[in-house]
Amino acid sequence: MDTQASDARPVLEGPDIARVLTRIAHEIVERAKGADDVVLLGIPTRGVFLAQRLAAKLEQITDRKIPVGSLDITMYRDDLRMHPPRALARTEIPGDGIDGRLVVLVDDVLFSGRTIRAALDALNDIGRPRAVQLAVLVDRGHRELPIRADYVGKNLPTSLRETVKVQLAEEDGRDTVLLGAKPTARQ
Amino acid sequence: MQRHLISAADLTRDDAVLILDTAEEMARVADRPIKKLPTLRGRTVVNLFFEDSTRTRISFEAAEKRLSADVINFTAKGSSVSKGESLKDTAQTLEAMGVDAVVIRHGASGAPYRLATSGWIDAAVINAGDGTHQHPTQALLDAFTMRRRLIGRDAGIGQDLAGKRVTLVGDVLHSRVARSNVDLLHTLGAEVTLVAPPTLVPVGVETWPCEVSYDLDSTLPKSDAVMMLRVQRERMNAAFFPTEREYSRRYGLDGERMARMPEHAIVMHPGPMVRGMEITAEVADSDRCTVVEQVANGVSIRMAVLYLLLGGNEPAVSHARTTEEK
Repeated sequence: MDTQASDARPVLEGPDIARVLTRIAHEIVERAKGADDVVLLGIPTRGVFLAQRLAAKLEQITDRKIPVGSLDITMYRDDLRMHPPRALARTEIPGDGIDGRLVVLVDDVLFSGRTIRAALDALNDIGRPRAVQLAVLVDRGHRELPIRADYVGKNLPTSLRETVKVQLAEEDGRDTVLLGAKPTARQ
Repeated sequence: MQRHLISAADLTRDDAVLILDTAEEMARVADRPIKKLPTLRGRTVVNLFFEDSTRTRISFEAAEKRLSADVINFTAKGSSVSKGESLKDTAQTLEAMGVDAVVIRHGASGAPYRLATSGWIDAAVINAGDGTHQHPTQALLDAFTMRRRLIGRDAGIGQDLAGKRVTLVGDVLHSRVARSNVDLLHTLGAEVTLVAPPTLVPVGVETWPCEVSYDLDSTLPKSDAVMMLRVQRERMNAAFFPTEREYSRRYGLDGERMARMPEHAIVMHPGPMVRGMEITAEVADSDRCTVVEQVANGVSIRMAVLYLLLGGNEPAVSHARTTEEK
């Protein structure tokens, strides 16, 4: 998914990302009627930072501490056998667990839906949430599975010849979403 | 470590740290109510044990099952091996069954290497102890235990054991655990000292990357970890020391000796322990003794190795020092 900086065009900049996350936080509070039992689980790497930012915003709105964790889906991927095994990222489930809670999965880009399928499998092994919802910063389409997001920062109709790259200050030093052309025909 | 894990000496520092970090994540699975991952679903692993070892076999078996692999246990006793079948024939039988990995324990040093390099079999080979040669997953679990205890569970991620001082005490001559540990600990940057009676020090030890001492008492105060080795009487074909009492007096670890170790230092033992000889019950049951932790860590390390060798379409670790591609 690497994009050469030269031909990549920003579609969301820092302030847009902050605004979008504020809106999603409000939507979560509204739909969850106060977010009493909400647990946010970010999918590494950038989903975790987004989940932490969302949790901070939810805490401002509700005046309550929102449990936030991370869920690594590497070992649940359906394409494990097609690549060398990757290093595992951290799975951190908040102390009270997820049983009976409303789990909001958080990721940066929603694309084929396979990552979210793996995340649902991983959740299954960890507990039984009351419900699971999905929040993403960008939905770029091209779903391969019947999965959709409950909260979308920006719908970004793309072609398969394009790449979407999210950069966040915690990892990349700046906040931006870049849309670029794929360097080769390989996905 | 290529496609196989034959020797701790084959691992680069980065490979070893990757395995330790992966094991740390695997250990979290053990804390969950459902201790299972779908990662090796549909893969078949054979535990090929020509030598008895309940501890190592069940540790591998637990690791394989937690990763959802199909497990076949093969013990030489009562199999065609006792009727005279060769390693080659056994390997070809396994190959015909479509086995993806072989975990092999053999009394002869070099048997896993032969299995991996002879072309008899396509599967990944993991050495679970061969003769007096190597036991790489034991060395990895020991390093993992040291990193956790001496650096910390989270603080240790990405770290090696640079500057840590480790003392291995006892029957170095017959110990594959000692050989594997010296190799791996050196790779990870630790300083290793072997302490043993002169009769139990192997020929050629001066080429090993470690110090050798015959005096336990002077070594203890500067050790971060002291690993007691089992006196392997079953491998001894001569008298290597006068009496058990004499051995125990000079090389056994008791409470008084343990008190001379630094406050933070830990006592390790690969098991099974011979209480009263190499280690007293007082030491074995103390908080500083990590024997039980080492067993639990063994499952996490073996899960990590299996995942990194078998999880993808090629191993995750580099083609480091030897090149023995099939």
